[in-house]
Amino acid sequence: MYSNKVPDLGTPARCGAQLVTLEIDGRAVTVPAGTSVLRAAAEAGVRVPKLCATDSLDAFGSCRLCLVEVDGRKGTPASCTTPCEPGMKVKTQTPQLAKLRRSVMELYISDHPLDCLTCPANGNCELQDMAGVVGLREVRYGFQGENHFAAAKDRSNPYFTFDPSKCIVCSRCVRACEDIQGTFALTVQGRGFGSTIAAGPTDFLHSECVSCGACVQACPTATLMENSIAEQGQPDHAVVTTCAYCGVGCSFRAEMKGNVVVRMVPDKDGKANHGHSCVKGRFAWGYATHPDRVTRPRIRARITDPWREVSWEEALTYAAGEIRRIQAKYGRGAVGGITSSRCTNEETYLVQKLVRAAFGNNNVDTCARVCHSPTGYGLKATLGESAGTQDFDSVELCDCVIVIGANPTDGHPVFGSRLKQRLREGCGLIVIDPRRIDLVRTPHIQADYHLQLRPGANVAVMNALAHVIVTEGLEAKDFIAERCEAAAYDKWRAFIADARNSPEALEAHTGVPAVQIRGAARRFAAAKNGAIYYGLGVTEHAQGSTGVMTIANLAMLTGNVGRPGVGVNPLRGQNNVQGSCDMGSFPHELPGYRHVGDPAVRELFTAAWGVPIDPEPGLRIPNMFDAAIAGSFKALYVQGEDIAQSDPDTQHVQQALGSLECLIVQDIFVNETAKYAHVLLPGSSFLEKDGTFTNAERRISRVRQVMPPLAGLADWEVTIAFAKALGHPMPYDHPSQIMAEIARLTPTFAGVSYERLDQLGSIQWPCNDAAPEGTPHMHVDHFVRGKGKFHLTEFLPTPERTTPKFPLILTTGRILSQYNVGAQTRRTANTAWHAADVLEIHAHDAENRGIVTGDLVSLQSRKGLTTLRAVVSDRMQPGVVYTTFHHPESGANVVTTENSDWATNCPEYKITAVQVSRVVADKSEWQRRFDAFARTQRELSPGGDPVAKNPPPAS
Amino acid sequence: MNPHKIVKMANQIAAHFATEPVRAEAVAGVASHLKRFWEPRLRRELLARFDQAGAEGLHELVVAALQQHRGELEPARQ
Repeated sequence: MYSNKVPDLGTPARCGAQLVTLEIDGRAVTVPAGTSVLRAAAEAGVRVPKLCATDSLDAFGSCRLCLVEVDGRKGTPASCTTPCEPGMKVKTQTPQLAKLRRSVMELYISDHPLDCLTCPANGNCELQDMAGVVGLREVRYGFQGENHFAAAKDRSNPYFTFDPSKCIVCSRCVRACEDIQGTFALTVQGRGFGSTIAAGPTDFLHSECVSCGACVQACPTATLMENSIAEQGQPDHAVVTTCAYCGVGCSFRAEMKGNVVVRMVPDKDGKANHGHSCVKGRFAWGYATHPDRVTRPRIRARITDPWREVSWEEALTYAAGEIRRIQAKYGRGAVGGITSSRCTNEETYLVQKLVRAAFGNNNVDTCARVCHSPTGYGLKATLGESAGTQDFDSVELCDCVIVIGANPTDGHPVFGSRLKQRLREGCGLIVIDPRRIDLVRTPHIQADYHLQLRPGANVAVMNALAHVIVTEGLEAKDFIAERCEAAAYDKWRAFIADARNSPEALEAHTGVPAVQIRGAARRFAAAKNGAIYYGLGVTEHAQGSTGVMTIANLAMLTGNVGRPGVGVNPLRGQNNVQGSCDMGSFPHELPGYRHVGDPAVRELFTAAWGVPIDPEPGLRIPNMFDAAIAGSFKALYVQGEDIAQSDPDTQHVQQALGSLECLIVQDIFVNETAKYAHVLLPGSSFLEKDGTFTNAERRISRVRQVMPPLAGLADWEVTIAFAKALGHPMPYDHPSQIMAEIARLTPTFAGVSYERLDQLGSIQWPCNDAAPEGTPHMHVDHFVRGKGKFHLTEFLPTPERTTPKFPLILTTGRILSQYNVGAQTRRTANTAWHAADVLEIHAHDAENRGIVTGDLVSLQSRKGLTTLRAVVSDRMQPGVVYTTFHHPESGANVVTTENSDWATNCPEYKITAVQVSRVVADKSEWQRRFDAFARTQRELSPGGDPVAKNPPPAS
Repeated sequence: MNPHKIVKMANQIAAHFATEPVRAEAVAGVASHLKRFWEPRLRRELLARFDQAGAEGLHELVVAALQQHRGELEPARQ
């Protein structure tokens, strides 16, 4: 359950202009209409006992503990289900109520084991608290009657235990699963005394439960309890911080005993997540103290040499010396850096500053290169700002949602749950995806349209949707006339209305029946509020940036920008990928997305940093690899990014890394990239440092240190020490000073400070004098670029073609329980859900090849070959196979190609022509080399590193 | 740098701008993109490839951009 130190007002807040005044225990109370008497009392400081009510769930009225008396009314109504009415006079404490409440508690406790002193909920149990509040002194029924004391515990979930002997069947867990998470995995089975909570006809682990933990949080007893609490006891303090997994950026209370995290509980006041979480953020934090953590700096001259553990000073002096040696020999541009989207804004700011000021070039890039760089390009070109237009709360006002190339229930689960809540309320849904993602059909949700396009046809489908809207006269004429550039629109209109963009003409490319596209276009155009949510299924294509522009075009065409409930919403991948881009991590942009070619901007930073800024754009990550192989790029500083696993065409990346004379890796683990490193600097987890993350809705949230860095220095301190060793001191004592510099130099951050963040909780940029509390919705009165600009978006098929030799298309993605390259989640018990990457294949393709689920298959492209297990799946369309890249040995990126987006070089992960065959040999040649290299690198580590492959879970 | 890849990337950019009905805008679009996003090494490689092998294998908009906007695209020697 939530900490009992945090007030629970019983039922959710109601908002609205209409107010109601009533009297509770003689006090006048004014609340919005629709507020329950229970909540009104709580807001007035009157505590009414309750068990089945909690302020995260709608009232249920089953426990009969929150009874009150109302003047003029018969009986004793439950205050949780009684709405406040004007003039109502309520009594919460009378002898009759006291007697009734005690009787109710007596019944509950007659079937409850009295092991409070040894119970894991001891010290934080609502049932225990309520027994005290109602003054329970005896249980007249005794404990010998029929009971549930012997019910067996379900320990199948690695993170929590279900103990039915302690259950009071209040239904809070069932309602949390339904109302908040939207999975409907739990139910009350049986009737009357026989009622029990069940996760379907199986245990929790094998049920539809996604282990989000909402049930655990909702439980008022020890029935659903975190194992970490059972093992370690109740926390002694809590620190509010921000999750370091996906771009939703959930706010969490890190509940602590000293420096030890006892549990992570999503913060009810968190504006991105409103008290919800997923299995990663809530439970998968044990990696932070995993024995694989690197805790001492290491150096070596060659990657075939054994690692030598050294002091921070020696490591950084060596690294700086190498950088200067290489620059002297090969030129200033022979070195560069990669900032981390897992690190804080302050840390990414420092790394790009180090590259620009101390290295003296713009060779800095970030992992957004391989995910959302097309979002930066496409949205800046059309709307004027490289960011999503809305806050997450906006979804509550949507009438029709397009989800294209995103799988929110897996990739952005907490937002996925919010979206599902709105969809269950009747919001329309158009899914554009080659796979049948969960959203297409899930409990109480059925997409109006699933446009199951062929991979690579996003632009064709989006153009066809716009074509229908334009040619049928469904566009938002007034919005376009008032808000958009007329000449650009006219040019675009002539282009899109051309017959070549009709759904019929494009059907051969899209694979989607034209009638479906026409229906979906009419549905979206007719919606009062239409919103588009998208992900890497749009950006990671040869036409990624064009795809983003088709989305912006469609939003402008339908007038869906500039108010709540609408907008262009990129679902950003990593926790701080928005922030790392904001902070100037791209080689062509200084912080705030200002081009390095702009003399005024350069002058600003030159004055602040005391060094001239190179006016030419630097190398992007794929260019760095090419330049390394060509011999003009020789040293790279990589902070918290595993390019050897996450970037495409692994063998090309390995060749590039092997060509470097100095690779400096800063990471919490010996990741795949570190195996090619000459300097390894220990990184720090999000629990070990102060800073800020910026999520997909531009929300800047505080990251607060809860334990000291394992290796003695936080990442920002390492970069400062590195800069000093390079002769460019950066005098900061605390990340707040770095943020002060960012605010001073970046107009969109001008109003951001740690003090302001502490006051407001979080801030959505732009935050400045015009918007001192931040900006939930952008482009309200005018676009950031002035007028919105329609861009021509001709559909061009990908250069990657299927042939008889490579007849299938491989598309890649991610799943709920693992995160990105898996360096964190593979070191937690999340492996219970996904111990290995598998290949999803349609039954038709499987049958043709004699493949059944569980078979080992080879996956071969023009680039390489790997092997993995097949799963026959009807989510796929014939001709398309799918896998994930969470486990390095699976080698998903061994087969992906060097094809990339025309504008940004974002790799085309989503399309690779492949062949799949059943095999007998267990590993490909690449995998055998991978194993041998990994073994050698372990042997070269001090004392031999523990095998970094699915070790025992740490939490 | 791999000249084959440089040519492929430049041609991709040109293909995007090829829909632009005003040719001068298309050419300027290609040139501006190369100037704003390509590191000098890439531009130098493209220009060298063009100087050595001419227009062969290059999208005609790339050729026009290199011819008409050479001054902007030529990086200063470091």
